[in-house]
Amino acid sequence: MQPLIEVRDLQFQYDDGTVALDGVNFQLFPGETVAVFGANGSGKTTFVLHLNGLLAGDGDVRVCGMAVERKNLARVRQKIGLVFQDSDNQLFMPTVIEDVAFGPLNLGLGRDEAQSRAIAALEEVGMAHASGKAPYHLSAGEKKRVAIAGILAMRPEILVLDEPTTSLDPPGQIALLELLERLPQAKILVTHDVESARILANRAVFFEKGRITGEGSVEEMIARFSWDRATLKRPATSRF
Amino acid sequence: MHHVVLDRWSRGASAIHRRDARAKTIALLEFLIALATVHRSFLAVGLCYFTILVAVMIAARLPLLAALTRAAVVLPFTLVFAVISLAAGEPLAAMTLVGKSYLSALAVLVLLSTTPLPELLHGLEHLGVPRYLLMVVQFLYRYLFVISEEAQHMRAAAQAKSGSVGRVLFDQSKFGAAAGALGVLFARSYAHAEGIHQAMLARGFQDHFRTLSRHAFRGADAIFLMAAVVLLAGARVAIEAWI
Repeated sequence: MQPLIEVRDLQFQYDDGTVALDGVNFQLFPGETVAVFGANGSGKTTFVLHLNGLLAGDGDVRVCGMAVERKNLARVRQKIGLVFQDSDNQLFMPTVIEDVAFGPLNLGLGRDEAQSRAIAALEEVGMAHASGKAPYHLSAGEKKRVAIAGILAMRPEILVLDEPTTSLDPPGQIALLELLERLPQAKILVTHDVESARILANRAVFFEKGRITGEGSVEEMIARFSWDRATLKRPATSRF
Repeated sequence: MHHVVLDRWSRGASAIHRRDARAKTIALLEFLIALATVHRSFLAVGLCYFTILVAVMIAARLPLLAALTRAAVVLPFTLVFAVISLAAGEPLAAMTLVGKSYLSALAVLVLLSTTPLPELLHGLEHLGVPRYLLMVVQFLYRYLFVISEEAQHMRAAAQAKSGSVGRVLFDQSKFGAAAGALGVLFARSYAHAEGIHQAMLARGFQDHFRTLSRHAFRGADAIFLMAAVVLLAGARVAIEAWI
């Protein structure tokens, strides 16, 4: 089976000399959801920013068979939808409907088609009622849903979600996970939230110092890297 | 916040709200020019223009008292110059200055309260205002709320650590803390800007904002504009001829 994403020996260094990615190899296949674990600063977000050309390092990155390079960027960005951690950064248009239609209009679609795509995407995430609202009137969970609608309106084959459950309350997290579970696209889930990964992902990779140092099932990765609050021990001095 | 209230008002459905932003902007420009160039008959013309603005606000179903109060936000700035004029023995000049400033602010407020910002910006783009300048205004409007919220969080954090943040200007240590907070706010704004730019690129942005709005300039807009031009110019000419 042809992978949707294929990354070979990806390396990237920031201007200040920090080596963020140090030979990353990765594949994503149709229908998969892969959880990306790792400590803060381990290179997870830097990695996903390479997948649609927001950062360009050394190595080979291919999305749906296309090399991620300048001449292919428009098509690559249609294929791979990136949902950022901070929804406020993603919702920059004055109203919800205009924000969701932003991507389709950039794809060159006419106003009518862009609008109908935006409405369909808002219905898909259960936010059609908010189409005329300003983004700052929405709750954190609603903003996240609208941000996802903005990506879905571009009809991508792959969704990349950076910490999707951060800053959501438990009902908001559950509603979001139910939504993500319903979406048919292949997904990359960058997260510290192991419960979300357990529910959504069928595979996991673990980042350490810019490299993928572990790959396997979600439970294997959690056990191998002790990546679960259940493995924490209460400090002896914490009782007052 | 002011812009949240204006945003709510601007989403009304009156006949004034439905007029094209270009027609309202040109009418506003004419109002401002006519007002700024009035000299000897300012009292009568100003009163007449104030009545016209009140009539427009009633037609637009704006909360009259709240709108009139909000327009007074410019007064502290002009009062300084008015006091200087008074001290120089020119009470008429002082009154004219205050009156013109207030009426100008009220007219701008009426435009902002009857035109959603995206429509206004599209209208300005059609009138030839540089696109990048309008993009800056749009982002400023959108993220003012986010930045203001962050500033409030930082203020709360400062209060929690020091007990009070009042009288910053008279306390050197607090002034230093406020300056530091301003620096952090700037750094955060910069980080937001980078994040927003990445999010825009990720959704295929190249160099031009495409929008859903169509902006048809209809017959009713032309009639509105002509009526505004005739009323504003006619009222001034008639008053000046009469006085």
